[in-house]
Amino acid sequence: MSSFKIFDIAGSGLSAQSVRLNTVASNLANADSISGDPSTVYKARHPVFQAVQQKMLGAADAENRSESAVRVAGIVESQAAPQMRYDPGNPLANAQGNVYAPNVNVIEEMTDMISASRAYQDNVEVMNTSKDLMLATLKLGQS
Amino acid sequence: MPVGLDSYLGVHADALKVQSQRMDVLANNLANVDTPGYKARDIDFRTALAQAGSPEGGVALTTTDQNHMAVNATDEGGAALKYRVPLAPSLDGNTVDSQQEQAAFADNTVHYQATLTFLSMRLRNLMTAITGQ
Repeated sequence: MSSFKIFDIAGSGLSAQSVRLNTVASNLANADSISGDPSTVYKARHPVFQAVQQKMLGAADAENRSESAVRVAGIVESQAAPQMRYDPGNPLANAQGNVYAPNVNVIEEMTDMISASRAYQDNVEVMNTSKDLMLATLKLGQS
Repeated sequence: MPVGLDSYLGVHADALKVQSQRMDVLANNLANVDTPGYKARDIDFRTALAQAGSPEGGVALTTTDQNHMAVNATDEGGAALKYRVPLAPSLDGNTVDSQQEQAAFADNTVHYQATLTFLSMRLRNLMTAITGQ
């Protein structure tokens, strides 16, 4: 009986999706953080998810391995070039009068946010349903 | 006539176990909905139930000494754990279809509740027989 593994699984999903929502928030908050130097300007960050592998009892081959959760393998910075703007009146502008805006794609971030929010809701729903089922199982034979 | 509790509860105890395993697998698919390269999985209920029901369904441990106990480690899912055939895999190799998984999870929930109802009815019958009221 795998007892309460499902809470770990759904919980890992919740934590991974909330990391993703955090990076979206960070990217959107810094969407207009300009800089006079293209190397120091903010770069969009995205988490990379990875399934946690766990060998099942009695399953020897890789085919029968089961993933048992999800984890954030790392957060990568986007390598896209920052947007250059000519703005000589800006106090951050460099000698040529240029400022650099982050490579954050606001539309991409918004869709990412919706996707993360839906996935988060899915995991919450899984947790609620399995909690109800387990409580019902605990009450088995008592009514 | 003596009646064992296991045979009295019938297939429902095994079914409950398989449905609980399937709930884990489906929850895992939903948790990995955005993991690149993740392949969605599901339990073949018929195979899993047949495995759970038969005494030799699990994986036997090798005994090399006469003092070793013959242990039948139950194979969780095991051969019944299959990969889902994707309808529309995404570019990053992920084959989880969120809607399909949600539907399967709801289906599994209803079946789990049905099994629980069957089990509690059996137990209530047993209590009636014991107390004689």
